Amino acid sequence: MKTVNNRAWLFVLPVVILVAFNALVPLMTVVNYSVQETFGNNLFFWQGLDWFQQVLRSDRFHAALGRQALFTVTILLIEIPLGVVIALAMPRKGVWVSVCLVLMALPLLIPWNVVGSMWNIFTLPDIGLLGYLMNDVLGIPYNMTRDPVAAWATVIAMDVWHWTSLVVLLAYAGLISIPDAYYQAAKIDGATPWAVFRYIQLPKMKRVLTIAILLRFMDSFNIYTEPFVLTGGGPGNSTTLLSIDLVKLALGQFDLGPAAAMSLIYFLITLLVSWVFYTLMTRNEN
Amino acid sequence: MAKITLDKLRHSYLPAPSRPQDYALKEINLDWRDGGAYALLGPSGCGKTTLLNIISGLLTPSEGRVLFDGVDVTGLAPDHRNIAQVFQFPVIYDTMTVRQNLAFPLRNRGLDPRHIKARVDEISEMLELTDLLDRRAAGLGPDTKQKISMGRGLVREDVNVIMFDEPLTVIDPQLKWTLRSKLKELHQKIGVTMIYVTHDQTEALTFADQVVVMQEGEIVQIGTPVELFERPGHTFVGHFIGSPGMNIIPCELRDGTACIGDFPVALAGPVKAVSQDARTEIGIRPEFVKIAGTGLPAVVRKVADLGRYTVIEAMLGEVRVSIIGPEGDAPERGSEIHLQFDPKNTRLYADGWLATEEGETR
Repeated sequence: MKTVNNRAWLFVLPVVILVAFNALVPLMTVVNYSVQETFGNNLFFWQGLDWFQQVLRSDRFHAALGRQALFTVTILLIEIPLGVVIALAMPRKGVWVSVCLVLMALPLLIPWNVVGSMWNIFTLPDIGLLGYLMNDVLGIPYNMTRDPVAAWATVIAMDVWHWTSLVVLLAYAGLISIPDAYYQAAKIDGATPWAVFRYIQLPKMKRVLTIAILLRFMDSFNIYTEPFVLTGGGPGNSTTLLSIDLVKLALGQFDLGPAAAMSLIYFLITLLVSWVFYTLMTRNEN
Repeated sequence: MAKITLDKLRHSYLPAPSRPQDYALKEINLDWRDGGAYALLGPSGCGKTTLLNIISGLLTPSEGRVLFDGVDVTGLAPDHRNIAQVFQFPVIYDTMTVRQNLAFPLRNRGLDPRHIKARVDEISEMLELTDLLDRRAAGLGPDTKQKISMGRGLVREDVNVIMFDEPLTVIDPQLKWTLRSKLKELHQKIGVTMIYVTHDQTEALTFADQVVVMQEGEIVQIGTPVELFERPGHTFVGHFIGSPGMNIIPCELRDGTACIGDFPVALAGPVKAVSQDARTEIGIRPEFVKIAGTGLPAVVRKVADLGRYTVIEAMLGEVRVSIIGPEGDAPERGSEIHLQFDPKNTRLYADGWLATEEGETR
């Protein structure tokens, strides 16, 4: 008979408590709200899956989801190739490596609400640097608080400015881990720079790019602070992304039931897309 | 295929080298016959990989020239030199199949697809890779991957030289032997010049017709495996090649006769002019030391029975001497013995370099 020492569980206990209080208990509370109706005073009425049906059928949710998908796809299409190009252009040795790395890391260190405020001031049509440049120097009418197209362009530019660095740093880490022998062999084999990229650099970056895409997908799909501070979801609802809409529903209208159902749907979409993507990207590995 | 000439080659990794220590390679002059099998042998950091990268064109030498068949290629990029190189760690293109890997150098040169296919089939046959041609290269073992990188060199018909930079480092011991014989066989079959860099004496001696021994950026001796073993030109060669290495015993020169203590030692030939303050040593391989009734007195320190023979370690004064004797009847540890050196294989070294002359007896 093997003796089992159950005291080992004590080591796991702190983690269990931590995870319970920061993830499981809040999640279960949301589940609780999503199947009931409440009018305050701790009065709850069983509602079943009605809230879920209501959210899934509402035009408002479809519109927000559409805007969210458009936003995420757009920033991924810009940030991933741009990040790879910048990483390729960065020096591999010498003093400039640290200079570049610090420059790249800077946007990542700024608190998110500060990023929103910075861009808010930057884009003011009369005194903001960008607003002044567009309107008074270049003569292109630009007012992101009135024009939905300008608002979208600004939100996307802000995200690209803020987060491309993450892709750069990850891609750069992948690039410098390629042994010199690969480049030397490619040189001897007469490979063109494009072939070197296609057959050596890209395959060797595949893992880090998978992580980069996954992180950027999740973060951008759940983005709240920066666009909220910059545009507040406007003009109208044009930049109301899923999370902004959710907060409006939950805290603006205090519709806790539908909001809970919506956040669970939101969570499941993020989880499902991440899982499918990760499974597809790693299916050929042992 | 080509004859390779290295002319007054020097290289330093520093921007402004001045002292001899600044050079990773100190003046190399060398001629390599077309179609030969050569090995560059030396300890880590002796400059052999630097030399190899200069020949392949991955590195431009600080001084001197590299000539292929008399044509100066010093300024040419690797892909214009028509060379192939196999690296220490196998380089394969992960996303390609074995066939695409082998075809890659030819495709880059824009050759006719039918020709490429014929060539790939021929080479894969030679390397026994035919069954794997349509497999993805990423999942294969290190020995197969190393065969593929070798194949990418062999597939080109115009290669001047194939260079191997310690290619068996990551291969399992039992596969090393197979791969090495395969390499030797290929060399005999296709007759392309091959240069093999290694720090392993067995690999160098079994592969090459001629071995170049390097130490601290210098060539210390060039010779056939037999020459390196029988007549080391430098104590370093004597010590580095052979197991155990050559015995090096400090001695004194008295009127042209070498003496260890008060015992005169007979040498293989007359002593060359040696400067007064040179460090003089006797070099003799353990195989040529005999235990006899008379001779240099020594005390046995250690006896190791290695099966087919016995290695005896004895102290000759302060100096340790190894003796290889037949199996059995080894002296006891701590007992006193007398040593006799075989004069034909006893040589004098001054400041490390061979200082006895001898007739061309080979």
